[in-house]
Amino acid sequence: MADVTPTDRNEPVYVVDELIAKDIDAYLERHEYKTMLRFITCGSVDDGKSTLIGRLLYDSKMIFEDQLDALQADSRKVGTQGQEIDFALLVDGLAAEREQGITIDVAYRFFNTEKRKFIVADCPGHEQYTRNMVTGASTADLAVILIDARKGVLVQTRRHSYLCHLIGIRNIVLAVNKMDLVDYSQEVFDKIVADYTAFASSIGIESFTAMPISGFKGDNITTLSNNTPWYKGPRYAGIPLIEHLETVEVLSSVDADKPLRMPVQWVNRPNLDFRGFSGLIATGSVKPGDKIRVLPSGKTSTVSRIVTFDGDLDEAVAGQSVTVCFEDEIDCSRGSVISVADNPPQTADQFESTIVWMADEVLVPGRAYWLKLGTQMVSATVHAPKYTVNVNTMEHMAAKTLDLNAIGVAEIATDKQIVFEPYADNRSLGGFILIDKMTNATVAAGMLHFSLRRSQNVHWQALDIGRKQHADLKNQKAAVLWFTGLSGSGKSTIANLVEKKLYRMNRHTFLLDGDNVRHGLNKDLGFTEADRIENIRRVGEVSKLMADAGLIVVTAFISPFQADREMVRSMLPEGEFLEVFIDTPLKVAEARDVKGLYKKARAGELKNFTGIDSPYEAPRNPEIRIDTTKLSPEEAANLIVETLLGDA
Amino acid sequence: MKTLTHLERLEAESIHIIREVVAEAERPVMLYSVGKDSAVMLHLARKAFYPSPPPFPLLHVDTTWKFKAMYELRNKMAELSGMDLLVYHNPEAMARGINPFDHGALHTDMWKTEGLKQALDKYGFDAAFGGARRDEEKSRAKERIFSFRTSSHGWDPKNQRPELWNIYNARKARGESIRVFPISNWTELDVWQYIQLNDIPIVPLYFAEERPTVERDGMLLMVDDDRFPLRPGEEPVMRSIRFRTLGCYPLTGAVESGASTLSEVIQETLLTTTSERQGRAIDKDAGGAGMEVKKQQGYF
Repeated sequence: MADVTPTDRNEPVYVVDELIAKDIDAYLERHEYKTMLRFITCGSVDDGKSTLIGRLLYDSKMIFEDQLDALQADSRKVGTQGQEIDFALLVDGLAAEREQGITIDVAYRFFNTEKRKFIVADCPGHEQYTRNMVTGASTADLAVILIDARKGVLVQTRRHSYLCHLIGIRNIVLAVNKMDLVDYSQEVFDKIVADYTAFASSIGIESFTAMPISGFKGDNITTLSNNTPWYKGPRYAGIPLIEHLETVEVLSSVDADKPLRMPVQWVNRPNLDFRGFSGLIATGSVKPGDKIRVLPSGKTSTVSRIVTFDGDLDEAVAGQSVTVCFEDEIDCSRGSVISVADNPPQTADQFESTIVWMADEVLVPGRAYWLKLGTQMVSATVHAPKYTVNVNTMEHMAAKTLDLNAIGVAEIATDKQIVFEPYADNRSLGGFILIDKMTNATVAAGMLHFSLRRSQNVHWQALDIGRKQHADLKNQKAAVLWFTGLSGSGKSTIANLVEKKLYRMNRHTFLLDGDNVRHGLNKDLGFTEADRIENIRRVGEVSKLMADAGLIVVTAFISPFQADREMVRSMLPEGEFLEVFIDTPLKVAEARDVKGLYKKARAGELKNFTGIDSPYEAPRNPEIRIDTTKLSPEEAANLIVETLLGDA
Repeated sequence: MKTLTHLERLEAESIHIIREVVAEAERPVMLYSVGKDSAVMLHLARKAFYPSPPPFPLLHVDTTWKFKAMYELRNKMAELSGMDLLVYHNPEAMARGINPFDHGALHTDMWKTEGLKQALDKYGFDAAFGGARRDEEKSRAKERIFSFRTSSHGWDPKNQRPELWNIYNARKARGESIRVFPISNWTELDVWQYIQLNDIPIVPLYFAEERPTVERDGMLLMVDDDRFPLRPGEEPVMRSIRFRTLGCYPLTGAVESGASTLSEVIQETLLTTTSERQGRAIDKDAGGAGMEVKKQQGYF
């Protein structure tokens, strides 16, 4: 057994078994209100990183007896610590890693103290695992950078520090480990801290907290060690590692003081009376009554409710997942960002960014990748990098592309405007990933710094998209070609030809006929007079909506009643409704009887059949009249298209 | 400004994950095993979409050998949540009468591993939620929240997609799928405490009660129905027992316990020194790397 007894404690740091046994409810209440800190440990194999994490788990009793038994068996088999417990084995999970004795992926570990719950991302330190470290760092509030006291500040220390700083971790702990192997020397510690201070300020790290520890022996982990009596304030932090982790401010509390930003994930619309916007609040807070602005539309409204399963909230803050309702029906969907009204984020489509390349296939400048930022997904191209950064020396180097683990600064262009903020201000609106469109692999992580357009701060004018804009975009004038005529008169045949001709002329059209309407929208309707009127009314409303969307609508219904056709005409602006009378005499239509319907009607098997036992009111002044006894369907279609476009 | 508690942060993260899947996947489904982790996951899904019901079905890959009490709660929860419940039985396992008494490891392989693959293929689900946690087992600790699977459901631990910030890449080719673990970052204690704070219904077998049991191969098994073949000399004995984990009743070991309330269960969990999955035979297969091997073959 190793020396696993922590050094002297002044007060208990971990869960007190006694309280759990004596008053479980009191214990649970205390646990319920704990906050959470996510941190990353960086270091190379030899720095004792896994050993430190193993100890944290062990000390907080996150190792169970059966795991400990297995661990002791494992330690004898592959351990590197002789007959002692090899804590690293607790942490190195995958079989491949255990054989190689290195950590190749990010592993997440959990432990509690009396004050906090912790999630540790255990990241590999080798240069070839830069992407793994960036991944682990992206969700961390704090980084513990391990240094072997015997070796001092090494290339890898610089690399880890640079990456943590790049990803925006503000709280950095410099853990000078293996102090037991340098006789707990203050001089050694001071020298390392001085070296590190010089380096840190050169890359922009403003502050860090240095601690002399031994993960293996337990010095200054949970309690101050008697072996380092010199480690005390005000010259040093003078507190053990755990105490620092328990008291440092977590990122979500920092984010709560910023302006409101909530990327919309999903529109919640269970019925016509409820429309809510669901998302995780990235920064700031929101209350009912707050004025908000939705980006990119720029429309404003007021928050009416903050809805949750457990009841409406009076306030929601950064880090919470909620559903927000507005007082007005404004355009808002997945990818929109809900912001405080008077201080919205920018929109832009060209940026300067730092990109960490994570794939074996190199960056192809100019190729389109998917860019996902918050809940926005757009197509994006990356220019050739301005430079790449040597992560060991921080030198800038010329480069034409980015390969695995390369970090470069490059311009990036998106195919449409996106809502963003500089990464330094807001991780959620500044951090993005790039996805290969062929393989769907996540090939890069990036951070937006600023937009390259001068107009970046000119706020988007809320643009009302009306029927004119819809039609203009399609380079056409909206219209409804309303065919009317007896069953078998040739309406559908000619209407189809008309649509084909328009399609070939790049016109945007849609054909509504009995087949696509009776089976869906109007399948509840029969052929009584009332139902036929309702049938036409609905077709009229749908035609109107489609015309509003800028389409040329072609309808082919018998529509026997003059009043109904006039009703539809009145729904549309003057000139957009063109009545097309397919004039085929009853006896001609009946003689064709393509579907055998006249025969059935004559036999009394079909009731209310137009022309037989239900009237057909022929149009008095149709825009177009087609005499099918004189024109072929092809000629008829040409005449209709000419009339329509000549008119337009 | 208010600082969120750890459970509030975990809840918000899980809800965010569940919504991302619904927004980006074509046919999501929630794998529902009726255990306590599934209970929490289902509750989070209900919170994520309230006042709408979760817009995906529940899928139970059944072995026909679950505890009776699990089937009862399963049906009740499907009704309560307003979600469709799909129950899948591997037809080959059914036809061959695969059972845990006669077939050992084949039972898990056919009913669960194969059954799951068949069910996902049958319905064309492209994203499946699972209730696994990273603190359960060593190989789980390294699995992503969005875990990508090939068209043959394989998992390649060396070729996982990096997962940055809270941005998840749910894109995939036709035929490929993702397993999504919304409660990856929860611990066993978090799950229990959340159940207590939210009053989430769980299977009564988690609470101690006098139940008919036999002791076999070092495990305490409950005689849940008359399909349990007693060996010569075995006689069911009434013991106060409860379960820390629930699966097929003939494979799930009980612990002797007097913990009949949630507080007592949590207390016992915290004071015990035996880890959660020990009651399950599955982790012991294939030595220390048992679960990693199973996952590569397509086990959840």
